[in-house]
Amino acid sequence: MPGAVVLLPDRQLDPLRQAYRRAARARRLQAIAAVAGLTVLIGLSAIQAEVDPKTFIAKLGGFTSYFDRMATLDSGARVWTDPAAWFWSFRRSARLIGETILMAYVGTMTGAIVAFALNFVASPNLTGRAWLVFAARRLLEFCRTVPDIVFALIFVVAFGLGPLPGVLAIALHTAGALGKQFFETTENIDMKPVEGLRAAGASYVQVIRFAALPQVLASFASFALLRFEINVRGATVLGFVGAGGIGQDLMEAIRKFYYSDVSAILVLIIGVVMTIDVSTQLLRRTLIAEGR
Amino acid sequence: MSGTSVDVDIAALRARHPALFAPNWRRRGLIAGVIAVMTAVYVGAFAAFDVPWGRIGPGFRQLAWFVAEMVPPDPGDHLVTYLNALGETLAIALLGTLLGALLALPLGVMAARNVVPPALFRLPIKRFFDAVRGVDTLVWALIWINVVGLGPFAGVLAIATSDFGALGKLIAEIIESADLKQPEGVRATGGRGLAEVRFGLMPQVLPVIAGQILYFIESNTRSATIIGVVGAGGIGLYLSEQIRVLEWRQVSFLILLILLSVAAIDFISGKLRAALAGRRVAPA
Repeated sequence: MPGAVVLLPDRQLDPLRQAYRRAARARRLQAIAAVAGLTVLIGLSAIQAEVDPKTFIAKLGGFTSYFDRMATLDSGARVWTDPAAWFWSFRRSARLIGETILMAYVGTMTGAIVAFALNFVASPNLTGRAWLVFAARRLLEFCRTVPDIVFALIFVVAFGLGPLPGVLAIALHTAGALGKQFFETTENIDMKPVEGLRAAGASYVQVIRFAALPQVLASFASFALLRFEINVRGATVLGFVGAGGIGQDLMEAIRKFYYSDVSAILVLIIGVVMTIDVSTQLLRRTLIAEGR
Repeated sequence: MSGTSVDVDIAALRARHPALFAPNWRRRGLIAGVIAVMTAVYVGAFAAFDVPWGRIGPGFRQLAWFVAEMVPPDPGDHLVTYLNALGETLAIALLGTLLGALLALPLGVMAARNVVPPALFRLPIKRFFDAVRGVDTLVWALIWINVVGLGPFAGVLAIATSDFGALGKLIAEIIESADLKQPEGVRATGGRGLAEVRFGLMPQVLPVIAGQILYFIESNTRSATIIGVVGAGGIGLYLSEQIRVLEWRQVSFLILLILLSVAAIDFISGKLRAALAGRRVAPA
């Protein structure tokens, strides 16, 4: 019924209109101020980061032709016409990618064990002493904020080249990242089983084993799987600083302009990462279904 | 109280509910099997790594020495250089994320199921995002260095490229989860086409996307600190240099600087994100 809309008389409508205009104007001013602030920030950043649109436009062809060169063998043929020549170093790359996955696996497991041990200490509902909670949380925060590659740089100096410093770096960073997710889960558990067990005289370890663990284990496993997937991706570049895995070969190929080798390694990495992505997702879904 | 507790006749309970007391061998076997396989892979990995066991003891001793050398943190006479590099890092994070978001927006919209129904167009875009995401930021940095040369600009482009993959996927998912009743409402009151998008879809989607972009700026501050390791600008260059020449006091100063600035950015972006989320619930 389009004709049935009742309009208020102007006398009543005017104050409403004015209030609406005032509110709209305030919002608009706010938006303009935000955009202006952002523009200034972008301008300053562009100067600081030496952004140069002219070079960018001049060299952009280089980026697209980079992919063209990556798809071309030394003989001038396209890579997919001759897979044997493209993946000439398949054995070595496959071994190194295997090493990368193992590094991520061992690092994630070690980090998860450390995080598991620390997360109950960092949960105020299970640990009474506030200073212990505080100390555990700051420690985890430090491990989480320092990127794994920085740890790797330091560990390479201490332990020498090879996968060991990489594993340690992943483990340390993972302990911090998982520890936070773990204690955020533990903090929010249902406290009734805990109280029940405490009332029945259970020890600290028994409380954790029979009251806390059954509530958190499925989400812990799911977080650890997700972290494993992230760590596989991260482990591919730890070789840049000499900490093992495929990274060393990849960096050499890029620096020395072995274009078809770069694309071969990248294709392998992307394939492995995607496979792990999909399989961990499936596993996590079953875990979450099991946990419910 | 433990002395006066009710006498529970466990034997009688066991006789009455045998199923509750019977051990579940299948479940136990499965758990034991999984743990055994995981441990075997773990141990086997160390064999595959060729770990130099003799270096572990001295390595940890050296590490302890490094840590002792790190106090007190001291910038040497490079304070200005380091602060400048920190500014560069923050600039790289901001510009890289914004550029990546700008590129991801149109493709992300096209990859959303409720915008472009045919899977034929949608799925290739999603796989493309996955492929870009599968390559680490540092690899993109190396590639961009080959194109635009060493320096922070390569870092900006590297962050933009890897964000493009991650944000594109997220934007598509955000749009897919939007409530289509609101555009319907706009249509019912006579608005059409652009008005539906402007007043029905954008108010739902934009704050969420803006929040995600802020979150990415936050996490990219972390990535931007290490991108200098390969020569793409920022504080990472100095950090890796000082580690290589064993100037531990400067290393600890740089790490502290990074921790503080990351904490500051976290704080600011957390406040901004809370403000964005608040406005979504109760429009001003």
